[in-house]
Amino acid sequence: MVTASGPDPEALEDAPQPTVDEVWSWLADIEDPEIPVISIVDLGIVRGVRFENAADGGAWIVTITPTYSGCPATHVIAGSVVEQLARKGLRRVRLETRIAPPWTTDWMTESGKRKLRGYGIAPPLGPAQAQAIPIAAIGHGARPLADSAPAGLECPRCGATDVGLTSLFGSTPCKALYRCNACLEPFEHFKCH
Amino acid sequence: MLDDKFDYLLRLGDNALVLSQRLCAWVGKGPALEEDMALANTALDLIGQARLWLSYAGEVEDLGRGEDQLAYLRDAQQYRNLLLVERPNGGYADTLMRQYLFDAWHDLQLARLVRSSDGQIAAIAAKAGKEVAYHLRRSTDLVVRLGDGTDESHRRMQAALDDLWTYTGEMFDVDAIDEVLDAQGIAASVHGLRDDWLDRAGRTLAAASLTMPAPGAWMQRGGKQGRHSEHMGYLLAEMQFLQRAYPGQQW
Repeated sequence: MVTASGPDPEALEDAPQPTVDEVWSWLADIEDPEIPVISIVDLGIVRGVRFENAADGGAWIVTITPTYSGCPATHVIAGSVVEQLARKGLRRVRLETRIAPPWTTDWMTESGKRKLRGYGIAPPLGPAQAQAIPIAAIGHGARPLADSAPAGLECPRCGATDVGLTSLFGSTPCKALYRCNACLEPFEHFKCH
Repeated sequence: MLDDKFDYLLRLGDNALVLSQRLCAWVGKGPALEEDMALANTALDLIGQARLWLSYAGEVEDLGRGEDQLAYLRDAQQYRNLLLVERPNGGYADTLMRQYLFDAWHDLQLARLVRSSDGQIAAIAAKAGKEVAYHLRRSTDLVVRLGDGTDESHRRMQAALDDLWTYTGEMFDVDAIDEVLDAQGIAASVHGLRDDWLDRAGRTLAAASLTMPAPGAWMQRGGKQGRHSEHMGYLLAEMQFLQRAYPGQQW
Protein backbone atom coordinates (compact mmCIF):
# COMPACT_ATOMS: atom_id res chain seq x y z
CA MET A 1 0.00 0.00 0.00
CA VAL A 2 1.35 3.38 -0.96
CA THR A 3 -0.16 5.93 1.36
CA ALA A 4 0.58 9.58 0.82
CA SER A 5 1.29 11.70 3.84
CA GLY A 6 -1.31 14.31 4.63
CA PRO A 7 -4.50 14.68 6.59
CA ASP A 8 -5.82 11.63 8.38
CA PRO A 9 -8.02 9.63 5.98
CA GLU A 10 -10.73 9.64 8.66
CA ALA A 11 -10.97 13.40 8.33
CA LEU A 12 -11.79 13.03 4.65
CA GLU A 13 -14.49 10.48 5.18
CA ASP A 14 -17.22 12.92 4.33
CA ALA A 15 -15.59 14.02 1.08
CA PRO A 16 -17.66 12.72 -1.85
CA GLN A 17 -16.19 9.64 -3.48
CA PRO A 18 -15.14 10.43 -7.06
CA THR A 19 -16.31 8.34 -9.97
CA VAL A 20 -13.91 6.07 -11.85
CA ASP A 21 -14.15 8.45 -14.82
CA GLU A 22 -13.10 11.39 -12.64
CA VAL A 23 -10.05 9.47 -11.43
CA TRP A 24 -9.17 8.65 -15.05
CA SER A 25 -9.40 12.34 -15.94
CA TRP A 26 -7.08 13.26 -13.07
CA LEU A 27 -4.58 10.68 -14.25
CA ALA A 28 -4.86 12.11 -17.76
CA ASP A 29 -3.35 15.34 -16.38
CA ILE A 30 -0.11 13.59 -15.39
CA GLU A 31 2.55 14.27 -17.96
CA ASP A 32 5.16 11.76 -19.00
CA PRO A 33 8.44 12.70 -17.29
CA GLU A 34 10.48 12.24 -20.49
CA ILE A 35 8.03 13.73 -23.01
CA PRO A 36 6.00 16.25 -21.00
CA VAL A 37 3.68 17.09 -23.90
CA ILE A 38 1.91 13.75 -23.60
CA SER A 39 0.11 12.25 -20.60
CA ILE A 40 0.55 8.81 -19.11
CA VAL A 41 -3.00 7.98 -20.19
CA ASP A 42 -2.22 9.06 -23.79
CA LEU A 43 0.76 6.72 -23.69
CA GLY A 44 -1.33 3.75 -22.62
CA ILE A 45 0.61 3.27 -19.40
CA VAL A 46 -2.50 3.33 -17.19
CA ARG A 47 -4.29 0.02 -17.75
CA GLY A 48 -7.01 0.16 -15.12
CA VAL A 49 -8.62 2.15 -12.32
CA ARG A 50 -10.93 0.65 -9.75
CA PHE A 51 -12.06 1.08 -6.18
CA GLU A 52 -11.76 -1.90 -3.91
CA ASN A 53 -14.05 -1.91 -0.90
CA ALA A 54 -12.72 -3.19 2.38
CA ALA A 55 -13.49 -2.99 6.08
CA ASP A 56 -10.79 -0.35 6.53
CA GLY A 57 -12.43 1.97 4.01
CA GLY A 58 -11.01 0.42 0.86
CA ALA A 59 -8.52 1.81 -1.61
CA TRP A 60 -8.19 3.02 -5.17
CA ILE A 61 -6.19 0.61 -7.27
CA VAL A 62 -4.38 1.97 -10.31
CA THR A 63 -2.85 -0.57 -12.65
CA ILE A 64 0.11 0.61 -14.69
CA THR A 65 2.38 -1.10 -17.19
CA PRO A 66 5.98 -0.18 -18.03
CA THR A 67 6.72 0.87 -21.60
CA TYR A 68 10.18 -0.72 -21.96
CA SER A 69 11.47 -3.09 -19.22
CA GLY A 70 14.26 -0.76 -18.24
CA CYS A 71 12.57 2.60 -18.73
CA PRO A 72 13.71 4.74 -15.80
CA ALA A 73 10.57 6.87 -16.06
CA THR A 74 8.44 4.02 -14.70
CA HIS A 75 9.51 4.76 -11.13
CA VAL A 76 8.84 8.50 -11.51
CA ILE A 77 5.41 7.80 -13.02
CA ALA A 78 4.41 5.59 -10.08
CA GLY A 79 5.30 8.43 -7.72
CA SER A 80 3.38 10.98 -9.81
CA VAL A 81 0.21 8.88 -9.70
CA VAL A 82 0.26 8.72 -5.91
CA GLU A 83 1.02 12.45 -5.64
CA GLN A 84 -1.67 13.51 -8.09
CA LEU A 85 -4.38 11.44 -6.44
CA ALA A 86 -3.29 12.70 -3.01
CA ARG A 87 -3.75 16.26 -4.30
CA LYS A 88 -7.29 15.30 -5.27
CA GLY A 89 -7.95 13.99 -1.79
CA LEU A 90 -7.42 10.27 -2.40
CA ARG A 91 -5.12 9.09 0.35
CA ARG A 92 -5.48 5.37 0.00
CA VAL A 93 -4.05 4.42 -3.35
CA ARG A 94 -2.45 1.17 -4.34
CA LEU A 95 -0.40 0.73 -7.50
CA GLU A 96 -0.33 -2.56 -9.31
CA THR A 97 2.12 -3.29 -12.09
CA ARG A 98 0.99 -5.50 -14.92
CA ILE A 99 3.38 -6.64 -17.66
CA ALA A 100 1.06 -8.91 -19.66
CA PRO A 101 -0.02 -8.23 -22.29
CA PRO A 102 3.16 -6.24 -22.95
CA TRP A 103 2.81 -2.53 -23.62
CA THR A 104 2.46 -1.56 -27.25
CA THR A 105 2.30 1.78 -29.05
CA ASP A 106 -1.05 0.55 -30.43
CA TRP A 107 -2.44 1.69 -27.05
CA MET A 108 -1.41 5.29 -27.64
CA THR A 109 -4.41 7.60 -28.06
CA GLU A 110 -4.98 9.55 -31.29
CA SER A 111 -4.83 12.80 -29.34
CA GLY A 112 -1.51 11.64 -27.87
CA LYS A 113 -0.17 11.07 -31.38
CA ARG A 114 -1.30 14.54 -32.46
CA LYS A 115 0.40 16.10 -29.44
CA LEU A 116 3.61 14.26 -30.20
CA ARG A 117 3.59 15.49 -33.80
CA GLY A 118 2.97 19.04 -32.64
CA TYR A 119 5.93 18.71 -30.30
CA GLY A 120 8.22 17.65 -33.17
CA ILE A 121 8.24 13.89 -32.58
CA ALA A 122 6.90 11.70 -35.37
CA PRO A 123 4.32 9.44 -33.69
CA PRO A 124 4.25 5.65 -34.01
CA LEU A 125 2.39 4.20 -36.96
CA GLY A 126 0.12 1.32 -36.18
CA PRO A 127 -0.42 -1.47 -35.93
CA ALA A 128 3.09 -1.96 -34.52
CA GLN A 129 3.21 -5.61 -35.58
CA ALA A 130 2.90 -4.60 -39.23
CA GLN A 131 6.06 -2.50 -38.95
CA ALA A 132 8.28 -5.35 -37.73
CA ILE A 133 11.19 -6.11 -40.05
CA PRO A 134 11.82 -9.78 -40.81
CA ILE A 135 15.29 -10.65 -39.57
CA ALA A 136 15.81 -13.16 -42.37
CA ALA A 137 15.49 -10.35 -44.91
CA ILE A 138 18.27 -8.19 -43.47
CA GLY A 139 21.28 -8.20 -45.73
CA HIS A 140 19.49 -9.93 -48.57
CA GLY A 141 18.04 -6.95 -50.38
CA ALA A 142 19.51 -4.17 -52.47
CA ARG A 143 20.16 -2.45 -49.16
CA PRO A 144 19.74 -3.67 -45.59
CA LEU A 145 16.12 -3.43 -44.52
CA ALA A 146 17.06 -2.36 -41.01
CA ASP A 147 17.62 1.00 -42.66
CA SER A 148 14.13 1.43 -43.97
CA ALA A 149 11.66 3.80 -42.40
CA PRO A 150 8.20 2.53 -41.38
CA ALA A 151 5.69 2.95 -44.18
CA GLY A 152 3.97 6.32 -43.95
CA LEU A 153 6.53 7.97 -41.67
CA GLU A 154 6.37 11.74 -42.14
CA CYS A 155 8.66 14.55 -41.09
CA PRO A 156 6.80 16.23 -38.21
CA ARG A 157 7.94 19.67 -39.44
CA CYS A 158 7.23 19.70 -43.16
CA GLY A 159 5.22 16.52 -43.67
CA ALA A 160 7.56 15.05 -46.31
CA THR A 161 7.84 11.28 -46.52
CA ASP A 162 11.36 11.32 -47.98
CA VAL A 163 13.04 10.54 -44.66
CA GLY A 164 16.04 8.44 -43.63
CA LEU A 165 17.15 6.68 -40.49
CA THR A 166 20.19 8.10 -38.71
CA SER A 167 20.06 5.96 -35.56
CA LEU A 168 17.92 3.03 -34.44
CA PHE A 169 18.15 4.35 -30.88
CA GLY A 170 17.58 7.85 -29.56
CA SER A 171 17.58 9.77 -26.31
CA THR A 172 15.07 7.42 -24.68
CA PRO A 173 14.35 3.71 -25.28
CA CYS A 174 11.12 4.56 -27.10
CA LYS A 175 12.61 6.75 -29.85
CA ALA A 176 14.75 6.47 -32.99
CA LEU A 177 16.44 9.26 -34.96
CA TYR A 178 15.60 10.23 -38.53
CA ARG A 179 16.36 13.08 -40.87
CA CYS A 180 14.09 14.69 -43.40
CA ASN A 181 15.58 14.81 -46.89
CA ALA A 182 13.18 17.59 -47.91
CA CYS A 183 13.65 20.19 -45.17
CA LEU A 184 16.95 18.65 -44.02
CA GLU A 185 15.96 18.81 -40.35
CA PRO A 186 16.66 15.92 -37.98
CA PHE A 187 13.72 14.58 -35.99
CA GLU A 188 12.80 11.92 -33.48
CA HIS A 189 10.36 9.11 -34.19
CA PHE A 190 8.48 7.39 -31.40
CA LYS A 191 9.18 3.79 -32.43
CA CYS A 192 6.42 1.35 -33.27
CA HIS A 193 6.61 -1.22 -30.49
CA MET B 1 11.70 -28.62 -8.40
CA LEU B 2 11.46 -25.12 -6.88
CA ASP B 3 15.24 -25.11 -6.63
CA ASP B 4 15.45 -26.04 -10.29
CA LYS B 5 13.10 -23.23 -11.25
CA PHE B 6 15.06 -20.76 -9.12
CA ASP B 7 18.26 -21.82 -10.86
CA TYR B 8 16.64 -21.57 -14.27
CA LEU B 9 15.42 -18.04 -13.52
CA LEU B 10 18.92 -17.08 -12.41
CA ARG B 11 20.23 -18.26 -15.77
CA LEU B 12 17.77 -16.02 -17.57
CA GLY B 13 18.37 -13.03 -15.31
CA ASP B 14 22.13 -13.40 -15.10
CA ASN B 15 22.56 -13.49 -18.89
CA ALA B 16 20.76 -10.17 -19.14
CA LEU B 17 22.49 -8.62 -16.13
CA VAL B 18 26.05 -9.58 -17.05
CA LEU B 19 25.71 -8.57 -20.69
CA SER B 20 24.17 -5.28 -19.60
CA GLN B 21 27.11 -4.65 -17.30
CA ARG B 22 29.54 -5.34 -20.15
CA LEU B 23 27.71 -2.97 -22.51
CA CYS B 24 27.63 -0.20 -19.91
CA ALA B 25 31.43 -0.06 -20.04
CA TRP B 26 31.08 1.37 -23.58
CA VAL B 27 29.01 4.34 -22.51
CA GLY B 28 30.89 7.50 -23.45
CA LYS B 29 33.41 5.50 -25.48
CA GLY B 30 31.37 4.25 -28.43
CA PRO B 31 32.94 4.65 -31.87
CA ALA B 32 30.10 6.96 -32.91
CA LEU B 33 27.36 8.78 -31.02
CA GLU B 34 24.69 6.55 -32.56
CA GLU B 35 26.54 3.43 -31.42
CA ASP B 36 27.02 4.83 -27.96
CA MET B 37 23.27 5.37 -27.67
CA ALA B 38 22.48 1.96 -29.13
CA LEU B 39 24.72 0.18 -26.63
CA ALA B 40 23.35 2.19 -23.71
CA ASN B 41 19.76 1.55 -24.78
CA THR B 42 20.37 -2.16 -25.27
CA ALA B 43 22.01 -2.29 -21.83
CA LEU B 44 19.00 -0.48 -20.37
CA ASP B 45 16.55 -2.98 -21.84
CA LEU B 46 18.66 -5.85 -20.54
CA ILE B 47 18.90 -4.44 -17.02
CA GLY B 48 15.11 -4.05 -17.01
CA GLN B 49 14.74 -7.67 -18.09
CA ALA B 50 17.27 -8.80 -15.47
CA ARG B 51 15.22 -7.05 -12.79
CA LEU B 52 12.05 -8.85 -13.87
CA TRP B 53 13.75 -12.27 -13.93
CA LEU B 54 15.65 -11.83 -10.67
CA SER B 55 12.65 -10.41 -8.81
CA TYR B 56 10.71 -13.48 -9.82
CA ALA B 57 13.63 -15.74 -8.89
CA GLY B 58 13.58 -14.18 -5.42
CA GLU B 59 9.83 -14.83 -5.14
CA VAL B 60 10.26 -18.45 -6.18
CA GLU B 61 13.14 -18.96 -3.76
CA ASP B 62 10.98 -17.44 -0.99
CA LEU B 63 13.86 -16.65 1.35
CA GLY B 64 13.29 -12.90 1.28
CA ARG B 65 16.01 -12.13 -1.28
CA GLY B 66 15.05 -9.44 -3.76
CA GLU B 67 16.54 -8.44 -7.11
CA ASP B 68 19.24 -6.27 -5.49
CA GLN B 69 20.47 -8.95 -3.14
CA LEU B 70 20.60 -11.46 -5.97
CA ALA B 71 22.47 -9.05 -8.22
CA TYR B 72 24.89 -7.54 -5.74
CA LEU B 73 25.49 -10.17 -3.09
CA ARG B 74 26.20 -13.36 -4.99
CA ASP B 75 29.73 -14.42 -5.81
CA ALA B 76 30.89 -15.70 -9.19
CA GLN B 77 30.15 -19.38 -8.48
CA GLN B 78 26.53 -18.50 -7.74
CA TYR B 79 26.09 -16.76 -11.09
CA ARG B 80 24.43 -18.85 -13.80
CA ASN B 81 25.08 -16.83 -16.97
CA LEU B 82 26.57 -18.17 -20.18
CA LEU B 83 30.33 -17.79 -20.57
CA LEU B 84 29.64 -15.89 -23.81
CA VAL B 85 28.14 -12.85 -22.10
CA GLU B 86 31.04 -12.44 -19.67
CA ARG B 87 33.62 -12.33 -22.47
CA PRO B 88 35.56 -9.05 -22.29
CA ASN B 89 34.41 -6.25 -24.58
CA GLY B 90 37.59 -6.38 -26.68
CA GLY B 91 37.36 -4.18 -29.75
CA TYR B 92 34.12 -3.03 -31.31
CA ALA B 93 34.00 -6.07 -33.58
CA ASP B 94 34.23 -8.37 -30.54
CA THR B 95 31.44 -6.54 -28.71
CA LEU B 96 29.25 -6.52 -31.78
CA MET B 97 29.82 -10.18 -32.66
CA ARG B 98 29.17 -11.23 -29.06
CA GLN B 99 25.93 -9.24 -29.18
CA TYR B 100 24.84 -10.80 -32.45
CA LEU B 101 25.56 -14.39 -31.41
CA PHE B 102 23.66 -13.82 -28.17
CA ASP B 103 20.75 -11.82 -29.68
CA ALA B 104 20.14 -14.46 -32.34
CA TRP B 105 19.81 -17.10 -29.59
CA HIS B 106 18.05 -14.90 -27.01
CA ASP B 107 15.31 -14.03 -29.50
CA LEU B 108 14.68 -17.71 -30.28
CA GLN B 109 14.75 -18.67 -26.61
CA LEU B 110 12.23 -15.97 -25.60
CA ALA B 111 9.92 -16.94 -28.45
CA ARG B 112 9.82 -20.45 -26.93
CA LEU B 113 9.42 -19.16 -23.36
CA VAL B 114 6.29 -17.26 -24.34
CA ARG B 115 4.64 -20.69 -24.35
CA SER B 116 5.87 -21.57 -20.84
CA SER B 117 3.30 -23.19 -18.55
CA ASP B 118 4.45 -20.71 -15.89
CA GLY B 119 2.41 -17.55 -16.48
CA GLN B 120 4.99 -15.14 -15.08
CA ILE B 121 7.79 -16.61 -17.19
CA ALA B 122 5.58 -16.36 -20.27
CA ALA B 123 4.72 -12.73 -19.43
CA ILE B 124 8.34 -11.64 -18.91
CA ALA B 125 9.39 -13.46 -22.08
CA ALA B 126 6.71 -11.70 -24.12
CA LYS B 127 7.79 -8.31 -22.81
CA ALA B 128 11.52 -8.97 -23.23
CA GLY B 129 11.01 -10.59 -26.62
CA LYS B 130 9.74 -7.37 -28.20
CA GLU B 131 12.85 -5.53 -27.04
CA VAL B 132 15.23 -8.28 -28.07
CA ALA B 133 13.76 -8.45 -31.57
CA TYR B 134 14.91 -4.84 -31.99
CA HIS B 135 18.38 -5.64 -30.59
CA LEU B 136 18.68 -8.45 -33.11
CA ARG B 137 17.59 -6.19 -35.95
CA ARG B 138 20.45 -3.82 -35.15
CA SER B 139 23.13 -6.44 -34.49
CA THR B 140 22.20 -8.41 -37.62
CA ASP B 141 22.38 -5.26 -39.72
CA LEU B 142 25.79 -4.29 -38.36
CA VAL B 143 27.26 -7.76 -38.70
CA VAL B 144 26.29 -7.68 -42.38
CA ARG B 145 27.60 -4.15 -42.92
CA LEU B 146 30.93 -4.70 -41.22
CA GLY B 147 31.46 -8.29 -42.32
CA ASP B 148 30.77 -7.27 -45.91
CA GLY B 149 32.46 -3.88 -45.48
CA THR B 150 36.12 -3.02 -45.93
CA ASP B 151 38.95 -5.54 -45.84
CA GLU B 152 39.82 -4.29 -42.38
CA SER B 153 36.28 -4.51 -40.97
CA HIS B 154 35.87 -7.96 -42.54
CA ARG B 155 39.11 -9.17 -40.99
CA ARG B 156 38.12 -7.92 -37.55
CA MET B 157 34.63 -9.41 -37.69
CA GLN B 158 35.97 -12.80 -38.84
CA ALA B 159 38.58 -12.79 -36.05
CA ALA B 160 35.88 -11.94 -33.48
CA LEU B 161 33.66 -14.74 -34.79
CA ASP B 162 36.49 -17.28 -34.69
CA ASP B 163 37.40 -16.20 -31.16
CA LEU B 164 33.86 -16.31 -29.75
CA TRP B 165 32.64 -19.42 -31.52
CA THR B 166 33.84 -21.79 -28.80
CA TYR B 167 31.47 -20.05 -26.35
CA THR B 168 28.33 -20.63 -28.44
CA GLY B 169 27.93 -24.35 -27.76
CA GLU B 170 26.87 -23.75 -24.18
CA MET B 171 23.67 -22.05 -25.36
CA PHE B 172 22.42 -25.48 -26.45
CA ASP B 173 23.71 -27.61 -23.60
CA VAL B 174 20.98 -29.49 -21.82
CA ASP B 175 21.55 -30.43 -18.18
CA ALA B 176 19.28 -32.02 -15.56
CA ILE B 177 17.64 -28.67 -14.74
CA ASP B 178 16.70 -28.05 -18.36
CA GLU B 179 15.36 -31.58 -18.68
CA VAL B 180 13.19 -31.42 -15.57
CA LEU B 181 11.71 -28.02 -16.42
CA ASP B 182 11.33 -28.83 -20.11
CA ALA B 183 9.34 -31.94 -19.19
CA GLN B 184 6.97 -29.74 -17.15
CA GLY B 185 6.59 -27.23 -19.94
CA ILE B 186 8.18 -24.48 -17.82
CA ALA B 187 11.50 -24.04 -19.61
CA ALA B 188 12.09 -23.10 -23.22
CA SER B 189 11.99 -26.25 -25.26
CA VAL B 190 15.49 -26.97 -26.46
CA HIS B 191 14.14 -29.14 -29.24
CA GLY B 192 15.29 -27.71 -32.54
CA LEU B 193 16.80 -24.64 -30.91
CA ARG B 194 20.32 -25.34 -32.09
CA ASP B 195 19.20 -26.05 -35.66
CA ASP B 196 17.14 -22.86 -35.74
CA TRP B 197 20.06 -20.82 -34.43
CA LEU B 198 22.56 -22.37 -36.85
CA ASP B 199 20.19 -21.74 -39.70
CA ARG B 200 19.64 -18.10 -38.71
CA ALA B 201 23.32 -17.41 -37.98
CA GLY B 202 24.33 -19.22 -41.17
CA ARG B 203 22.20 -16.92 -43.34
CA THR B 204 23.39 -13.76 -41.65
CA LEU B 205 27.05 -14.74 -41.69
CA ALA B 206 26.79 -15.71 -45.35
CA ALA B 207 25.23 -12.34 -46.18
CA ALA B 208 28.12 -10.79 -44.24
CA SER B 209 30.62 -12.82 -46.32
CA LEU B 210 31.94 -14.33 -43.08
CA THR B 211 32.93 -17.97 -42.73
CA MET B 212 31.05 -19.82 -40.04
CA PRO B 213 33.37 -22.03 -37.98
CA ALA B 214 32.52 -25.73 -37.71
CA PRO B 215 29.35 -26.28 -35.65
CA GLY B 216 30.89 -29.50 -34.32
CA ALA B 217 34.02 -27.77 -32.99
CA TRP B 218 35.01 -28.26 -29.36
CA MET B 219 33.01 -25.96 -27.12
CA GLN B 220 33.60 -24.33 -23.74
CA ARG B 221 30.95 -24.93 -21.10
CA GLY B 222 30.23 -24.41 -17.40
CA GLY B 223 28.74 -20.94 -16.95
CA LYS B 224 25.22 -22.28 -16.48
CA GLN B 225 26.51 -24.41 -13.63
CA GLY B 226 28.51 -21.61 -12.01
CA ARG B 227 31.95 -22.48 -13.40
CA HIS B 228 33.06 -19.16 -14.83
CA SER B 229 36.08 -17.76 -16.59
CA GLU B 230 38.69 -15.64 -14.84
CA HIS B 231 36.92 -12.51 -16.12
CA MET B 232 33.83 -12.98 -13.98
CA GLY B 233 35.40 -11.96 -10.68
CA TYR B 234 36.63 -8.68 -12.10
CA LEU B 235 33.27 -7.94 -13.63
CA LEU B 236 31.49 -8.53 -10.33
CA ALA B 237 34.10 -6.60 -8.36
CA GLU B 238 33.22 -3.53 -10.39
CA MET B 239 29.47 -4.11 -10.52
CA GLN B 240 29.13 -5.00 -6.83
CA PHE B 241 31.65 -2.56 -5.38
CA LEU B 242 29.18 -0.13 -3.87
CA GLN B 243 27.04 -2.74 -2.11
CA ARG B 244 30.12 -4.56 -0.84
CA ALA B 245 31.75 -1.39 0.49
CA TYR B 246 28.56 0.22 1.80
CA PRO B 247 26.08 -2.61 2.45
CA GLY B 248 22.45 -1.66 2.09
CA GLN B 249 23.09 1.73 0.48
CA GLN B 250 20.23 3.06 -1.64
CA TRP B 251 19.78 5.89 -4.10
